[in-house]
Amino acid sequence: MAITVRNVNKRFGDFVALDDVSLEVPPGSLTGLLGPSGSGKSTLLRVIAGLETADEGDVFIGGHEATLLPPQRREIGFVFQHYAAFKHMTVARNVAFGLEIRKRPKDEVKGRVAELLHLVQLDGLGDRYPSQLSGGQRQRMALARALAVEPEVLLLDEPFGALDARVRSELRAWLRRLHDEMQVTTVFVTHDQEEAMEVADTIVLMDCGRIVQEGRPQELYDHPGSEFVMRFMGQVNRIGDAYVRPHDVEIRLQPNGTTQAAVVERVLHMGHHIRVDVSVNGGAPVSAQLTRDEAERLGLEPGRPVFVRPSRARTFAGTPS
Amino acid sequence: MFTKLGLRFAALAYLALLLIVPVGIIGAHTFSGGLGPVWDSLTVPDAVKALELTLEIAIIVVPLNTVFGITMAILMVRRELPGKALLSALIDLPFAVSPVIVGFTLILVYGQQGWFGSFFVDRGYQIIFSTPGMVLATMFVSLPFVAREVIPVLREIGTEQEQAAATLGARSHQTFRRVTLPAIRWGIVYGVVLTTARSIGEYGAVAVVSGNVIGQTQTLTLRVSQEYQNFDHTAAYTAALELAVIALVTLFLMNLFHPRKDR
Amino acid sequence: MTTVALPRRRASGAALPSAAPGVAITYLSVIVLLPLAALLWQSQKGGADAFWQAVSSPDAAAALELTLGAALLVALNNAVFGTLIAWMIVRDSFPGKGIVNSLIDLPFALPTVVAGLTLLTLYGPYSPIGLNITYTRTAVVLALLFETLPFVIRSVQPVLLELDREMEEAAASLGARGHVVFRRIVLPNLLPAILSGMALAFARAVGEYGSVVMLSGNVPFSTEVASVHIYSQIQSDYVTGATAMSIVLLAISLAVLLSISALHRRSSKHVH
Repeated sequence: MAITVRNVNKRFGDFVALDDVSLEVPPGSLTGLLGPSGSGKSTLLRVIAGLETADEGDVFIGGHEATLLPPQRREIGFVFQHYAAFKHMTVARNVAFGLEIRKRPKDEVKGRVAELLHLVQLDGLGDRYPSQLSGGQRQRMALARALAVEPEVLLLDEPFGALDARVRSELRAWLRRLHDEMQVTTVFVTHDQEEAMEVADTIVLMDCGRIVQEGRPQELYDHPGSEFVMRFMGQVNRIGDAYVRPHDVEIRLQPNGTTQAAVVERVLHMGHHIRVDVSVNGGAPVSAQLTRDEAERLGLEPGRPVFVRPSRARTFAGTPS
Repeated sequence: MFTKLGLRFAALAYLALLLIVPVGIIGAHTFSGGLGPVWDSLTVPDAVKALELTLEIAIIVVPLNTVFGITMAILMVRRELPGKALLSALIDLPFAVSPVIVGFTLILVYGQQGWFGSFFVDRGYQIIFSTPGMVLATMFVSLPFVAREVIPVLREIGTEQEQAAATLGARSHQTFRRVTLPAIRWGIVYGVVLTTARSIGEYGAVAVVSGNVIGQTQTLTLRVSQEYQNFDHTAAYTAALELAVIALVTLFLMNLFHPRKDR
Repeated sequence: MTTVALPRRRASGAALPSAAPGVAITYLSVIVLLPLAALLWQSQKGGADAFWQAVSSPDAAAALELTLGAALLVALNNAVFGTLIAWMIVRDSFPGKGIVNSLIDLPFALPTVVAGLTLLTLYGPYSPIGLNITYTRTAVVLALLFETLPFVIRSVQPVLLELDREMEEAAASLGARGHVVFRRIVLPNLLPAILSGMALAFARAVGEYGSVVMLSGNVPFSTEVASVHIYSQIQSDYVTGATAMSIVLLAISLAVLLSISALHRRSSKHVH
């Protein structure tokens, strides 16, 4: 099911949460709404879900006008950052909730719940209460609960935001696999660009209530349309007017026509790569990312004079220098 | 260490003199004449009538104030309302009014010379010096408890669970019955316990509007003071003991439903 | 894009039948507001002179003075002992602490008239320890102390529980002695809670009736408090007198409650 958002505005008092936002989410896609806090990404998701109503504009789900439909009638699955587990119900009853509301026969509900608990790897935990689960388990339960009603679209609001780093990366991979299997149109919100790049096939980057750029993760990373996108999608150095990613900073021991003189300040071993901080022309610090072999070959150490050159750089018109 | 022991001793001694010893002694005093007189004064018709009236008032007041309290709590926490601060103050108002004043204001409204006094009397209803007046007085004094207990619980649980239920297809009445109500149930129970205790134990407000006709408008609390003044101490202490037992049960239930973090 | 003003639905809230708000507010009005409105209306009927005369009559003034004095004394006493008891319950540990903690609420659970009878048994004419305080002002204060015991404790307890122990440890590491830590660190943090508990206790003491009427003997000019004064005015059908005193008591309680909510707003700003 496709999702279409057209010219949506949403204000909370004086705060403009969504400023004329339009978006097309193709059926079966996995879209990440990315942006800093307060950028409007969660509000957009909640408008799609019907948990907030747009002040102006329209929302279509699967080609049907849904702008004024209550969430109950949108056939969506929604996963909340803090799980929104029904604390007084067992895990199985949580998952069964949507089916019980739809008055499905008991046997069917039971079978479906078992199937879903298996899918989210919570077999045998159906009789527990949410408080007896770990954070990651609770979020998988919430996902099973959302999937139980076979939603047309699955919406996730910072689904992994409250989990620790290791569990988070497990769940990302797992969500990706789940989506590939089920092919349900999925939109998730995150403020973590790495998470967006790892999971989404399309990233919608938002700032100040507007969509700044959308596209495949690689597009946003390699062809950012503005300084904001460039900075948000990864680490960035500024050399003169040019913006350069650390892995695009070339370090040489000999000058050529395009290099600038610099001095090594620090060499940091980051595990799979080496980070070298240099100061260019005795001023602006620049980070470069090198492979271990490169760093070894160059024999870099603090105080050593070197020459740097951006192998790939971008400039943006109208940015202050 | 020494000061700590001293402070502990001072605190406990204070509590003992003010609270524990007096309450302990009332039981001893009631049974000082043996079981026989206690049983007799429990079962005389007037005592039975007083207990019945006390319970009757509570049975009318508690459900009404409970429904009101839950409704008001939802209005206060989940709805956008103009004048919420004022409404909140109004809900708390009964805590600030002396019980005697409550009774007095009811006389001003429903008494013979009151606003609606003749209206009801002409139609054959007596409010003041009769059960309806005592019910109104009890409603007034026990009005805030349920709302006051449910409001913080409702705030605490937040709206996410309700929103989750909505996205899963639950209509608002289904969400209320299956998600909201179970989540606030202990708050409600606690509020109901407090409302019941106050309804049964109210004295001043009821005293003013009751006229205190023995066997007709005498509740247990009125019986305690009346019989004490009549020098029927056994009857007074027996009624007091009934109330004290209800109070202790209340206290037990309060501790059961209101687990504090400090234990 | 045409921007037609469609009726935009409110975000989904908890369920209430559509009539519920109206019914609830009507209920509140009939049960609470209507009687109080009658009191206000009655108070202006006789004019300012009659009102002033009623509250300034010697017996009324004496009752009011006693009530306010006793309430103030009780509130101050509660500030000290309430804080001490709260401290003991939160920071101390001894066998039976749980029971002591639950007994604190007894005055809330015990009907006032039973509380009065209870105190009368121990400190009245048949006192087993030979201590008879009836017909003295001590009786008024004692009854009020009993009834208001929980307020400061229950208001200070949660604050003390949440109080960051590291603050005290930091002060100690900077060389502050125990009593200095208490005075400079703990007390300022507890003060809003103590004040709010005191105010609640004061408001309750000003209006208390059942326990005082049993214990104090209710002698005009000596042990008759304001609420008992109102009661006897009602009994003798002196409506103007009862009305005037009621208005004064109500105004005092309201002022106190409003100052508590102002205090809460201020201290919550302080915290966040």
